Amino acid sequence: MANGNGSGLSMIEGWGGIGVPGRELRSENLERVTERAVLSRGLGRSYGDSSLPPASVGEVVNTTLADRLLAFDEETGLMRAEAGLSLFALNRIFLPRGWFVPVTPGTQFVTLGGMVASDVHGKEHHARGCFGEHVTRLKMRVADGRVLWCSDEQHGDLFRATIGGMGLTGHILEVEVRMMRIPTAWILQESRRVDDIDDFIARLKDASHRLPATMGWIDLLTRGKNMGRGTLMAGDFASPDIAPKRFPKPLPRVTMPFELPSWTVDRWSVRAFNTAYYWKHLPREMHGIVHWETFFYPLDMIRHWNRMYGTRGFTQYQCVLPDAAGPSAPRRLLEILTSRGGASMLCVIKNCGPEGKGILSFPMPGTSIALDIPVRDDTQQLVDALNEFVLREGGRIYLTKDQFTRPEHFRAMEPRLPKFQEIRAKWDPEQRIRSAQSVRLFGDKP
Amino acid sequence: MDQGARGPKRVVVLGATSGMGRALARRMAARGDRLHVLGIGDDELARSVADLEIRAGVRSGSIGWSRCDLEKPETFAGALEEAETKLGGLDVVVVTAAMFAAQADLESDAKLTQRLLTIDFTNTVLFCEEAKRRLLARGGGTLCVFSSVAGERGRKPVALYGAAKAGLTRYLEALDHKHHAEGLRVVTVKPGFVKTGMTAGLKPPPFAGEPEDVAARVVRAVDRGTPEVYAPVAWGPIMGVIRRLPRFVMRRVGF
Repeated sequence: MANGNGSGLSMIEGWGGIGVPGRELRSENLERVTERAVLSRGLGRSYGDSSLPPASVGEVVNTTLADRLLAFDEETGLMRAEAGLSLFALNRIFLPRGWFVPVTPGTQFVTLGGMVASDVHGKEHHARGCFGEHVTRLKMRVADGRVLWCSDEQHGDLFRATIGGMGLTGHILEVEVRMMRIPTAWILQESRRVDDIDDFIARLKDASHRLPATMGWIDLLTRGKNMGRGTLMAGDFASPDIAPKRFPKPLPRVTMPFELPSWTVDRWSVRAFNTAYYWKHLPREMHGIVHWETFFYPLDMIRHWNRMYGTRGFTQYQCVLPDAAGPSAPRRLLEILTSRGGASMLCVIKNCGPEGKGILSFPMPGTSIALDIPVRDDTQQLVDALNEFVLREGGRIYLTKDQFTRPEHFRAMEPRLPKFQEIRAKWDPEQRIRSAQSVRLFGDKP
Repeated sequence: MDQGARGPKRVVVLGATSGMGRALARRMAARGDRLHVLGIGDDELARSVADLEIRAGVRSGSIGWSRCDLEKPETFAGALEEAETKLGGLDVVVVTAAMFAAQADLESDAKLTQRLLTIDFTNTVLFCEEAKRRLLARGGGTLCVFSSVAGERGRKPVALYGAAKAGLTRYLEALDHKHHAEGLRVVTVKPGFVKTGMTAGLKPPPFAGEPEDVAARVVRAVDRGTPEVYAPVAWGPIMGVIRRLPRFVMRRVGF
């Protein structure tokens, strides 16, 4: 009940469960609430510290109350909305009408503003690029207090730095994006068991030539000749002649009610999970019509699934290895993980297409690998080892997932950083807009 | 109007731009009710109307809005008149607009206290009187007003806000008795803590609800003409206990 006392600090966490003390400013009016703030965050699904305020500030705008749709053109699919609108809401409104976002991440619990700041990519990156490619305009509050629009034509430098800029160029207030027409809300999916990592690389390439959405799940506890076995999934929206006539019913959701003790995420439980998942796919190859949520957002079915990783939380490590590193690079990365006895409940492999317009956007042509890593005493050393490898191979990491990368590794991986910092300096000479992550990695003032 | 009739209703909402009013208006628009939105700030109103139109999948311009300020009773009649004209009649009037301020701020600022008491009690009552006259002239309808659980007992942390809401609750109860036979249904909504912009600075207690849960319950209550609804649902039993607590216990517990 309203107790008239809002001064108490609570914890603000990223999705990995590691947080800082602080508070979130919430308002339906983003223009008002962003006036003096140093950072905005949406639903807090970035894994590490990119949506957390610097420790000395302890205050961050939460945009989720600002969730109004402002314009939609039925002819062109051009849609404009406030930055706090969630993809979950968007899907419920637009899928039944035959529209979908052109690019979706693996969860619906993200906001439009967050999708721009992370320049999210998905299973369809090789076909449709990142989300930012489809964004036409952004309304922003920049560091000097002005509210302005940016696009390719207008303040183009700010526009390209904001796409994938982790919220460090200003507060995103409104997003205009072109939605995509879909024939039905059902997915025609093909999936197959894959024997090892080399097979995976070949089949990913093949599937992505044929289908827009492709990804693979890898069982990381098998070694030797089976290392990197798993399941490959690819698909596209089904045409009306093969899809069921009715709109897909909402799927039941379960909630992870509390955090498990950390010891439950040991080698044996991870092994059991992965083995079960692999053998669930008994026939080598399957084809079928599936629900869009099952295909795009399998983990959304379990609310608070991050609690599975226990009280110490977890981190996700996602990197992209360029094609130039050769087809054996993914295998060598996995060997680093397995040789250190690292357990990863979930490993997702994807193809990446060409770089987009976002100056700091994550993807580059190559193979992306994402690993969930429960936090242990040696997590820092593991991430260091992975980063050194990625650096040698000319790859880079995804800031949205990061919590443990060292600044020297990040800077060496990012030849694009000086350009980004130059634009930031132009728009924000005093470096007011910043995050816990930018303090850690970019060298911003704490 | 035939009570409890199915089919789209003509609804005017004061307070649809934010919080529970926003959620309720979205739910009503999505199921096909015809809306007219009242409030302050032309830009806010236009943005909320656009949101409702896109969500409901109706063409731009089909949802109207008028300026109506709870601080300016002289705006009430004109706004309701416009709504009635635009909708071609009126079945439901909803009031979710209100003001909240922390008890400590109110105690140190008499002007703020006066403003809160005026908005949350006097002017809300004046608006309801105007709405009531119009509904009765049409042979009845539903008046749905958001009060608060804060008005159920006198409580230290919300002494002034609670007093205004207590007065409002009693007024609505009387209105329901007085005009029930004439076809007026009064629905008094008593939300507990709901996570909205209004409560954004406060630490949510256990059982804090989401505006969408409140909206779902209120739509059902409006359809059925339920005179009193606690929302979210957990607050019904909670307030059942609190209403029965002896005074000496209320004095002891600082909640």
